[in-house]
Amino acid sequence: MPVFPLSAPEPMHIPDGFLSAVVSIVLWLLSILVIAYSLKRVNQDLGERQVPLMGVVAAAIFAGQMLNFTVVGGTSGHLMGAALATILLGPWAAMLVMTTVVSVQALIFQDGGLLVLGANIFNMGVIGVAVSYFVYLSIQRLAGGKSWGIFTGGFLAAWASIFVASLAVALELAFSGTSPANLAIPAMAGIHALIGIGEGLVTAGALAMIYATRPDLLRADRQKQAGGAALWVVGLIIALALAIASPLASAYPDGLVRIAKQRGFLEAAQGPVYQIIPGYILPGISNEALATILAGIIGTLIVFGIAAAVAYSKRNRKTVQN
Amino acid sequence: MHHSIEIDNLKFSYPDGHTALNGVSLHIEPCEKVALVGPNGAGKSTLILHLTGILEGQSGALRVAGLPVTKPNFGKVRARVGLVFQNPDDQLFSPTVFEDVAFGPMYQGLEMDQVRQRVEEALGVVHMSDYASRVSHHLSMGEKKRISIATVLSMKPEVLILDEPTAGLDPRARRSLIHLLDDLDITMLVSTHDMRMVRELFPRMVIMDEGRIVADGSTQTLMNDEVLLNAHGLEKP
Amino acid sequence: MHVHFLDPYRSGHSTIHQLDARIKFVLAVAFIFITALTPIAAWPVYILLFALAISVEVLSELGVGFVLRRAVLALPFILAALPVIFTIAGPALFSLSIGPWTLTATIPGIERFVSIALKSWISVQVAIVLATSTPFPDLLVAMRAVHVPRLLVAIFGLMWRYLFVFADEALRLIRARTARSGEADLAGLKAGGSLLWRARIAGGMAGNLFLRAFERSDRIYMAMVARGYDGEVRAAPLPHLRPVDWVILTVALTSLLSLLIFAFLFWG
Repeated sequence: MPVFPLSAPEPMHIPDGFLSAVVSIVLWLLSILVIAYSLKRVNQDLGERQVPLMGVVAAAIFAGQMLNFTVVGGTSGHLMGAALATILLGPWAAMLVMTTVVSVQALIFQDGGLLVLGANIFNMGVIGVAVSYFVYLSIQRLAGGKSWGIFTGGFLAAWASIFVASLAVALELAFSGTSPANLAIPAMAGIHALIGIGEGLVTAGALAMIYATRPDLLRADRQKQAGGAALWVVGLIIALALAIASPLASAYPDGLVRIAKQRGFLEAAQGPVYQIIPGYILPGISNEALATILAGIIGTLIVFGIAAAVAYSKRNRKTVQN
Repeated sequence: MHHSIEIDNLKFSYPDGHTALNGVSLHIEPCEKVALVGPNGAGKSTLILHLTGILEGQSGALRVAGLPVTKPNFGKVRARVGLVFQNPDDQLFSPTVFEDVAFGPMYQGLEMDQVRQRVEEALGVVHMSDYASRVSHHLSMGEKKRISIATVLSMKPEVLILDEPTAGLDPRARRSLIHLLDDLDITMLVSTHDMRMVRELFPRMVIMDEGRIVADGSTQTLMNDEVLLNAHGLEKP
Repeated sequence: MHVHFLDPYRSGHSTIHQLDARIKFVLAVAFIFITALTPIAAWPVYILLFALAISVEVLSELGVGFVLRRAVLALPFILAALPVIFTIAGPALFSLSIGPWTLTATIPGIERFVSIALKSWISVQVAIVLATSTPFPDLLVAMRAVHVPRLLVAIFGLMWRYLFVFADEALRLIRARTARSGEADLAGLKAGGSLLWRARIAGGMAGNLFLRAFERSDRIYMAMVARGYDGEVRAAPLPHLRPVDWVILTVALTSLLSLLIFAFLFWG
């Protein structure tokens, strides 16, 4: 099997089962809202060229994630691409592009779950893009249009997109009770502070190449027109919010425990139903064990039943062919 | 220094099962210039990718520039073999010509002044000395092809392997490239469809089809065997 | 050489292959949703869900081993949940001492960890069957059926079409770089260049791909305009679902829902 880094390298694509249903749904709703708005804005700004441009850039980002470089020994760094997409296409188109990239990664390559796709889109597409936009534009303004602003801005925007998105992932895992906050947040932050450097370097390298060959694609006013002040503020708020929330959450995991306890009230309310049903029907064997055994038997019967049906229909198919 | 290619009974199948190389054997002596011809899908490109370990054969032996082409030797083999791919856009991946030509020596860890010297020499050989600060992306196809050759010459290889060097070139650029290849005094293996160039530059011709070598000999002799040529999708120029 | 093996779709004639993509898509998502909602430590329900997943894999004739193995490959993320073994309060099972720290594994902690791992593993299996048994163009139909905006579906389509083209180009760029990554015979030289340089080269290659993307999109746009494209995304109307499709959908959803209610009654 050819060795391809088919999956994106960063531990940022959350699989199914790791986020609670509540967190998944909330992030789905947020993502849908943002995507809907992005579609509207892209329609306005890009006009007819939008479909081929975004489709092809999405393909390029996906393929670009295959481009690795050796970091140390066997490990390699890659590109996520949110910052690069934002700088080249503007934030709204970039959000759509990242949405398609992340979705195809989940749908086709199981890189990230389907139910938690909303969360992954939000982390990498919305947060990644908004934070990139905020950082890049700020640095550009600081540089007053000089070229160093492009490369420094690109590097920092890319780094920030990875770092802040990872904080969001950690918080989501903590809220879902999958990972303790005081471990998840420092771990994710630490790892991604390093990974972000790789992203920053590759992004800066890509910008250098593009600046040398097609500087028109990096004209400063492109991004400003595309995004607008409101998005800049949003990006700032997201970055700040996550930066503040994370150390708080990791220092005071009790806060999250309290939330979990409140959910425990729900479980307590359901208690009486369980009380009605005795703990044992057969002496010595708890209901729990009995149910497990029964489930095992039923499950096995189902599987064998279906396997038999499939084998039978296959034989039928063969005889029909012969 | 060996400057040779020795392939013995090389076999290779792709993961999807397709057998691309079905026992290929080929010996090329130092400073020989050999043309590799055959229809598309014959396995020419696949064979070339084996010569620097980009693909690994499943059986058979392979020695290039005096080294067996096995994992521990890949790095050294790649330094001795200049592999020029068909599409220069894949070969030129740096912003400027200088950086592209400098990649090989820089990767090897040479000092900057040595690197600069190598780049100058390589560009000189391909007659593109003025192009160092140009942007690779904006060059014409012919110019890109010559720069591609420079990117491997800067590594001072013992063996030069080219995949379809004249594909996509207009007559003038093609003529210029043929001159260049003629001037280079180095072991050369060129995969091509350009039969006129083969007749002009390469005394020895190897015909490949369906993963095997079906003929290997003097170009002059083989070129006159029209039946053989036609049988393998080739035409006498 | 083409990167067509990047496409996970395997054609076949199984029941699953013949099922309408829209039904498959909705059922896959429903299954994963139900699995996500299933309470922690509801082992019998997990067993039944696993049995259902295996049944679907058997029905798809893709090979149960194949799906199970690919499902495991998609799960290195499980490490993120590992600490939960030691951080949830409850009756202790065993303790580990690592240097100055003592980690106590609790039963609820282990239950939680195993539950997460199982749920994830089962969910991924279903996602794999969906992706492997459904050609991508059919998935686009499924997306339209669940009202994903036409513009977005169009972007998906174009992305898919050019994914392999660009993956191919990325592969060739990598090969061209590998071919020039040699180790000189001279003593005292360290091959590889600095990390910064390597990252910049990779960046240059990425920039190369993006440039090609931009220029290609111009050409694609011109080709589309030449065939009458005016910015509006039009697509053929979706075919009707057969009655049997609706039956399958209803039966499957009802079964899953019953399983969930059962789970909540006893373990919620």
